[in-house]
Amino acid sequence: MFDFMLPSLGADMDEGKLIEWKVKPGDAVRKGQVVAIVDTSKAAVDVEIWQDGTVFELLVEPGETIPVGTALATLLGPGESPPEKGTPRRGAAAGGAAGETARLRISPAARKRAEALGVALADLKGTGPGGAVTLADVEAAAAKAGARTPPELPKGPAAATDKAAEMRRAIAAAMSRSKREIPHYYLLETIPMARAQQWLAQANEGRPITERLLMAVLQLKAVALALAKFPEMNGFFRDGGFEAVKAAHIGVAISLRQGGLIAPALHDVADKPLDRLMRELTDLVKRTRAGSLRSSEMSDPTITVTNLGEQGVESVMGVIYPPQVALVGFGRLAPRPWIDGDALVAMPAVTASLAADHRVSDGHRGALFLAELRERLQQPQDL
Amino acid sequence: MRISYREAMRLALREALESDPRVFLMGEDVGRYGGTYAVSKGFYDEFGPERIRDTPLSELGFVGAGIGAALGGMRPVVEIMTVNFSLLALDQIVNSAALLHHMSGGQVSVPLVIRMATGAGRQLAAQHSHSLENWYAHIPGLRVLAPATIVDARGMLAPALADPDPVVIFEHAQLYNMEDELPDDWSCDIERAAIRRPGSQASIIAYGGSVPKALDAADALARDGIDVEVVDLRVLRPLDVATIAESVGRTHRAVVVDEGWRSGSLAAEVVARIVEHCFYELDAPPARVCSEEVPIPYAKHMEDAALPQVPKIVAAAREVLNV
Repeated sequence: MFDFMLPSLGADMDEGKLIEWKVKPGDAVRKGQVVAIVDTSKAAVDVEIWQDGTVFELLVEPGETIPVGTALATLLGPGESPPEKGTPRRGAAAGGAAGETARLRISPAARKRAEALGVALADLKGTGPGGAVTLADVEAAAAKAGARTPPELPKGPAAATDKAAEMRRAIAAAMSRSKREIPHYYLLETIPMARAQQWLAQANEGRPITERLLMAVLQLKAVALALAKFPEMNGFFRDGGFEAVKAAHIGVAISLRQGGLIAPALHDVADKPLDRLMRELTDLVKRTRAGSLRSSEMSDPTITVTNLGEQGVESVMGVIYPPQVALVGFGRLAPRPWIDGDALVAMPAVTASLAADHRVSDGHRGALFLAELRERLQQPQDL
Repeated sequence: MRISYREAMRLALREALESDPRVFLMGEDVGRYGGTYAVSKGFYDEFGPERIRDTPLSELGFVGAGIGAALGGMRPVVEIMTVNFSLLALDQIVNSAALLHHMSGGQVSVPLVIRMATGAGRQLAAQHSHSLENWYAHIPGLRVLAPATIVDARGMLAPALADPDPVVIFEHAQLYNMEDELPDDWSCDIERAAIRRPGSQASIIAYGGSVPKALDAADALARDGIDVEVVDLRVLRPLDVATIAESVGRTHRAVVVDEGWRSGSLAAEVVARIVEHCFYELDAPPARVCSEEVPIPYAKHMEDAALPQVPKIVAAAREVLNV
């Protein structure tokens, strides 16, 4: 038997609200299957499970807000049979680091009342049979918290405002942590893009508009390929150490129309042809803006790429999204005066930047990485 | 007028016999002996052997005869000495009385009333003391009543006889000597449960012989400042879920008292209905007070110990209230 815990879907997430279960006890689940939808401060996320098994018990009900690390369900491993009745359930979180994981004993009436009064279940002390939280406990807690009218269910613009405020808080927390913990260093490199632009124009010739490639995809692929030689840019800094990740799951910074941004993963960018990456990127942007991401897309990015060129800026000095260790930024792609041999020419160029974690890499390696990126973009046919 | 439950039953029967020539009473010892519980005492002389008929010790036979008479246009009241003995007549009750309206495509009805004593507490030992109301409450085609008050004892028979389908009336043997005031208006329905004592903190739901115990328990709890409601099911089939749900929805806690055994009991059915209809109103798991799962003992102290008693009901109410 193992516990399925609420994963952290990003450094800025410390709790989530279970929206819906996609499985029920008795269901067999496969690694990667979406088992629940959890609302984070950023989006409703399809949460995937990372082990095969059979759902034994769902421990959290839709509507509950739970901290990251809370056991959401218990599952039986492949071939494992259900425990004898009365066998106490194994404690969920080792060391209790994730806090209280036992299912809250609360009467159905008390749960309903708590929701109506906006009383947080976690704060309640039970005085009912077996220490269960009762109506009286909820009402006492509500009275203690001061007379409050039941909050309206969030809807309309008010809900949108809340959501925006929540996202703002989440971004603030993650970025503050980044600037507090990560010793950033920044490097800039102006990359000539004539060849890439030429190649792209040719590649798009004859393609229907919907299948045309964007320069952004070439840039993403070039970053992914460059990362192969620079493992210290790709991975996570956790618990005082760096873990390199082989696959390049690039977090693509996507701004949202209502404000804020999300940088979900485009998986295995180094291994996919451009056409496929283009399709996946289109899909990812669409789903990000529709608020239907998968948990792996939220938690997997090993590096972030942000492209603010369309907004007209020359270059971008990014803030690393912890626990990642690097961020690559692209500015505007535009003709610039360029010395080509002895001649002064107008060269389409883009300023690429690297913000990297000095705990993991040094400026020398960062410079080599940007040089590698520049070279990759000179060989667009190999992307 | 203060009368006993037995007298209330007798008044109801006499009224039926007097007002409708199709009504007759049939059963073991109902005539010359005056009824095992003396409900029909004196009727044999008053109404004659045609209408107060003693039968052989053959439940299957005389219940079948009652069904035949009902089919033939009569309004028979068949008395079975105890619910234990009624098992001999199960085939007639379950396979004939309850089914004929259905099997005939509505061509015939069985306007039969079967009265039987039920329950323990009189040291009559296991073969005369069981509570098998739930066996009958399980059967579509039957209406099952459990009068627990003087008013219901007086008032339930007339609507039962007026019902075109078979009605089974359970008279708890310990209630016959209970006395109470009979009001002028004692008419009653055979549809609804009744709130016998309003209360706010928990609903004690009982029927038949357990109703007075539930009321005593409510009194005992009230002395300690605990305010509970007592609901009398009255009609065991079809169950009046609306009244139960309304009560539990208000008090948020339920204790179901049933002299039947816990396993597969009517109490189990009531708890299931509560959970189905009031889940989100429950503030504690519903509790049951039932008979111990043994044949009801003969020895007084053991019989007492086997049955739901006031202290057990009080304890169960305190448990759901955690006080």
